Amino acid sequence: MSGARHRGTSAAFNRRFAIGWLAAGFIFLYLPIVALVLYSFNDSSVANVWRGFTLKWYAALAEDRELIAGLWLSLRIAFFTACGSVVLGTLAAFALVKYRRFTGRTVFSGMVNAPLVMPEVVIGLSLLLMMVSVQRATQAAFGWGFPERGMLTIWMGHLLLGLAYATVVVQARLVELNPQLEEAAMDLGARPHQVFRLVTLPMITQSLLSAWLLTFTLSLDDVVLSAFLSGPGATTMPLVIFSRARLGLNPSVNAIATVVVVVVSIGVIAASYAIAHAERRRLREMAEAARH
Amino acid sequence: MTAPPALERLRGWFSGGGKGRRAVIGLPYLWLLVFFLLPFLILAKISVSEMETVQFKDLLVYKDGLLQLTLKLGNYVFITQDELYWRTYVTSLKYAAVTTLLCLGIGYPFAYFMARAKSTTQPALLMLVMLPFWTSFLLRVYAWKALLSEHGWVADALMATGIDQLLAWAGLIPAPGKLMNTPFSLVLGMVYTYLPFMILPLYGNLAKMDLRLLEAAADLGATPWVAFWKVTVPLSKAGIIAGSMLVFIPCVGEFVIPELLGGPETMMIGRTMWDEFFSNNDWPMASAVAVVMILLIIVPLAVFNRYQAEAQEGRR
Repeated sequence: MSGARHRGTSAAFNRRFAIGWLAAGFIFLYLPIVALVLYSFNDSSVANVWRGFTLKWYAALAEDRELIAGLWLSLRIAFFTACGSVVLGTLAAFALVKYRRFTGRTVFSGMVNAPLVMPEVVIGLSLLLMMVSVQRATQAAFGWGFPERGMLTIWMGHLLLGLAYATVVVQARLVELNPQLEEAAMDLGARPHQVFRLVTLPMITQSLLSAWLLTFTLSLDDVVLSAFLSGPGATTMPLVIFSRARLGLNPSVNAIATVVVVVVSIGVIAASYAIAHAERRRLREMAEAARH
Repeated sequence: MTAPPALERLRGWFSGGGKGRRAVIGLPYLWLLVFFLLPFLILAKISVSEMETVQFKDLLVYKDGLLQLTLKLGNYVFITQDELYWRTYVTSLKYAAVTTLLCLGIGYPFAYFMARAKSTTQPALLMLVMLPFWTSFLLRVYAWKALLSEHGWVADALMATGIDQLLAWAGLIPAPGKLMNTPFSLVLGMVYTYLPFMILPLYGNLAKMDLRLLEAAADLGATPWVAFWKVTVPLSKAGIIAGSMLVFIPCVGEFVIPELLGGPETMMIGRTMWDEFFSNNDWPMASAVAVVMILLIIVPLAVFNRYQAEAQEGRR
């Protein structure tokens, strides 16, 4: 009996220990974000010393030409990166899941996965050297160097990173799918592209949306690739923030951070809600169709 | 005469399987060859190029009817002989290893408790781990700068509890109260940034585990502690390896965190390369530094790729 009670208390202790560990972990993960947001309302140019509530840093943001230009450029690059990554990532995921055998498959999967962990300084430098080499060659051949360093080259770099992440997200969904559904459509006479459009695509829409959002935020956040690949006049928002953060603490960075955190959180939560809603409706419709 | 098998296979690759298959594989393949593989070859090439006043020289020069090949291995000789470079590489590996171990120590129990939480709360916990991913990494690192500098919340808390004395005694900070731009702030920033990369693969692995195995172990007389070490940990090996590689490899070449949170004694190789490129404008030297960095991480990279491919395909 004492043994049972002992087990009971140790289970309660284990439970409390688990909750404590998780809570401490989440405090660690969220503390910096909370501090950033709070101090964006601090009426003091000396960071870390609280002098009362103000909105003046937000008013200053509206005047901050450098930051607004950077934001606009970043948003455009992020949009095109997300679109390109989803297209290429879906193709790559299909190639890896549907075609079990093709020449150079190992090399292919290696090249898809490596950018996930490869230090960005290495990717950035090598991409830049290639772009410069191509530019020199075209300059010599046609008297017109392409690609000019700027938005286009940043986009290409981000696309490499985005392709890797999008592939992982879409691939995870594709391997879960029931291949019998596609086979059934084929048996009923659907052409491969019809199978894709009518059967596969509706089932992976959720993952395509997640991949789009993930690569969009990745691109919006990238410093290192952008620093290597940007040219004169192409300063993205993270580059502006990074150059200010290097110099020290700056309240304008807190204000822009708060805006980013709020917009992204609302976007992600709304999107995951919409995705979950659509998924539930699809399952309901399928259940109804099965009943008839 | 028949074509050699390699050519045959190549032809089969281009003609067999229909247009759809060719496009699905070919398009991303071609993209990766041009934007991933080719740049590395160019990087290797430029690392042995001679630097001219503003541009690097071509390796092959056709001059006076002679094809000249100029290879300059001086950069590599310099890296291997200069003590500063070696120290920087060793420092980078050391901090990456420490970060990986700390992430594993914090992240494993975290992922374990997450996976054993009620199934109704697990999606919410997962969402909470993922959410920082979506908010800017740069801004979160910047936030630590504020938290650790004078009068920052964490700095105040550490000083009030006397932990800074302990850190100074351990040699992680130069003096009590000075927390920023030290090995401590660097490792803290790296652990903070990479912790979710450790938690997510571990959670994915632990959540799939068949709990009946633990019951079987208990029936056979194993205490929970023994069952954990003999059943749970070996079964989560794939998650441990994936998480560790996801943390270790990018940490070796990390630039932003050492730049914002590190100090003079925490010179990491990513920063050295950045300086060679942006400050010294020595592109061949920066390339050589990068090539050596790739060589350092090539084995972990191969391990990661294997486990990643297995994890993705093993699910079928």
